[in-house]
Amino acid sequence: MNSTYFIELFLGGLTRGSIYALIALGYTMVYGIIQLINFAHGEIYMIGAFTALIVSGALAFTGLDPVLIFLIAAVVAVVWSASYGITMEKIAYKPLRKAPRLSALISAIGMSMFLQNYVLLAQTSDFQPFPELIPDLAFLDPVSNIMNTTQFIILVTTAVVMILFTLLIRYTRIGKAMRATAQDKIMAQLVGINVNRVIMFTFLIGSSTAAIGGVLISSHVGQINFYIGFIAGIKAFVAAVLGGIGSIPGAVLGSFVLGLTESFGTGYISSDYEDVFAFAFLIIILIFRPSGLLGKPTKKKV
Amino acid sequence: MSDTAKNGLSRYITAKDVKRSAIMAVWFMFLTFPIMVIKVNTVTDTVEWRWFNMLIIGVASFILSHVWKLMIDRREGRMADAVSSSVIVEKKTLRDRMEEKPMIKKVGSLVILVIAVLFPIVTGMYQTSIMITALLYVVLALGLNIIVGLGGLLVLGYIVFYGVGAYTYALLNYHFGLNFWLALPLGGIFAMIIGILIAIPVLRLRGDYLAIVTLAFGEIFRIVMENWNGLSFGPSGIANIPRPTLFGLDFSIQQSTTLTYYVIVIFVIITIFIVRRLEDSRLGRAWVAMREDEIAGEAMGIDMWKTKLAAFALSTFWAGVAGVIFAGKTTFINPASFTMWESILVLCMVVLGGMGSIPGVISGALIITLLPEYLRAFSELRMLIFGAVLVLVMVFKPEGMIPAIRQKYEFKGITGNKNKGDK
Repeated sequence: MNSTYFIELFLGGLTRGSIYALIALGYTMVYGIIQLINFAHGEIYMIGAFTALIVSGALAFTGLDPVLIFLIAAVVAVVWSASYGITMEKIAYKPLRKAPRLSALISAIGMSMFLQNYVLLAQTSDFQPFPELIPDLAFLDPVSNIMNTTQFIILVTTAVVMILFTLLIRYTRIGKAMRATAQDKIMAQLVGINVNRVIMFTFLIGSSTAAIGGVLISSHVGQINFYIGFIAGIKAFVAAVLGGIGSIPGAVLGSFVLGLTESFGTGYISSDYEDVFAFAFLIIILIFRPSGLLGKPTKKKV
Repeated sequence: MSDTAKNGLSRYITAKDVKRSAIMAVWFMFLTFPIMVIKVNTVTDTVEWRWFNMLIIGVASFILSHVWKLMIDRREGRMADAVSSSVIVEKKTLRDRMEEKPMIKKVGSLVILVIAVLFPIVTGMYQTSIMITALLYVVLALGLNIIVGLGGLLVLGYIVFYGVGAYTYALLNYHFGLNFWLALPLGGIFAMIIGILIAIPVLRLRGDYLAIVTLAFGEIFRIVMENWNGLSFGPSGIANIPRPTLFGLDFSIQQSTTLTYYVIVIFVIITIFIVRRLEDSRLGRAWVAMREDEIAGEAMGIDMWKTKLAAFALSTFWAGVAGVIFAGKTTFINPASFTMWESILVLCMVVLGGMGSIPGVISGALIITLLPEYLRAFSELRMLIFGAVLVLVMVFKPEGMIPAIRQKYEFKGITGNKNKGDK
């Protein structure tokens, strides 16, 4: 009994952590390259979820197989979220490359408010039920009391995305360019890297992973509204900082640590203080490791 | 180089521009397609196709992309001007004229003061009440400006100290019947103590790590206040907090509001005075040194630890006092007034107005509090417009609306010293 409860909490934590990781990746990548806390990143995740909801709603009458609808909705959500990410970068951040960093942060906050209210006005302020499109997988029946199908799919998808992502960063040309740009933007330009294109690509990838997160969590939780992005964005940001902002493995580790802390904290202590555990844990970690779990210590230079 | 700027203004629209705008229009129509056009009604299971919206988006983005291009060109022209011309052609701004003739400044301040004093008499209670809120945010923004604008430390949980002030008054009044005037300094001091306690462990963090930790403290404060019913009465909050009165007289709501208004006006004046004096003090210069370069500052013999603590302590004091006034004004407080969103809003005021610049921060605070208030006519659109305004101001005026003039002042100082050294 007790061990089942433990495993249930553990898997719940992993699921949460996966979603945080998918969002935190975008945060940490953007931060690594242009040192911007992209406050509107959570909104991209929300737009991804909404697009999937709309597409699956519109396709529901065609009588297609639900799994096919889900896949189409997910792909459309990824494409549109990526487009939003790129457009956002062009409008709100690109003109601010040389501006003080806080100006870009405020611009991001403005963008976040704009997108939230845009979805609120164009769609609705109410919670929308997200259609159940994923059929229960038969082989999960024996463990259905501790893990359901969407959880399983979240874990598998996240793992696949993470692997693809690592491969992209490590072995492709654009991945190399991204690493170079993160290290030193001016030097990267000197060796012929089109920095603007790299930044655009970073937003594209970051937004796509966020959209995947959005679609997955919506089908797990079953309802969405225009405000989900803000909360999730803050949590993912906390996760990215916990792991050491700018570090990609750090963001993933931070997300899982955060997810597990929240899950065990609420499960064993009190659910009223869910967010307090996450934040208190963050403070403690940062007091002892001021640049996060895997972050490089900031160099002091004169 | 100023030719480009001129051309940017008066250039006619070429075929290339039209093509570009057409592409933009198509792109935005594509982008907004799912969210603007399709609406799924989950109750009746019907799909609504709103093609008209798509038309609006197309036309609007066609026009706006022209305006955008024009504005960006102008901005770039201006930047190029500033870089290329070694002799900067001084445009006489209001500020320059003010420096030349202190009379203008004096008369200006007097006029503002007279308007401020007459405001509650001329307008009604509703307007006065809005103005109190706006002025509370002015105080908050000026306080946060000490940490962010002068000290260069990014703090995202500033509203905690406002909350501490408000709860200090509410709780001391509830348990011990403490009056407003005694609570005023106590709230400030209490917020300051909390500020120092929070600052001590986190001050070794840098940049965005500090931001997120202060954000975390802010959220913890709110959640604890929501759940610790024994202390704070939870989400239902504390009601019937007495409004400020004078000499134990019974005041009507209107009289109290007017009194609160004058209290906050006086307090704003005191804050401006003190922050202005602080700016030019040894401590103020130490803050600026800390913002520009911590290590260089330390090498100059500034104790960074003390300087940071002082920034936190002084900054949080204002928030605490403002919190007490807030509690006295609304007579009811609950944790919902102290969300992270409020902290972010105060930060927006500081950056939008111009970090480190007192007139900038004040106008930033007034605009951000009053804009949504007077945009109520467009009630649904107001937050959308507000977000867009934030982005646009930052894109076209990244240093804020009224940037600080510190740089210029410092430059003169350096040349002055150099000449002395040459002798």
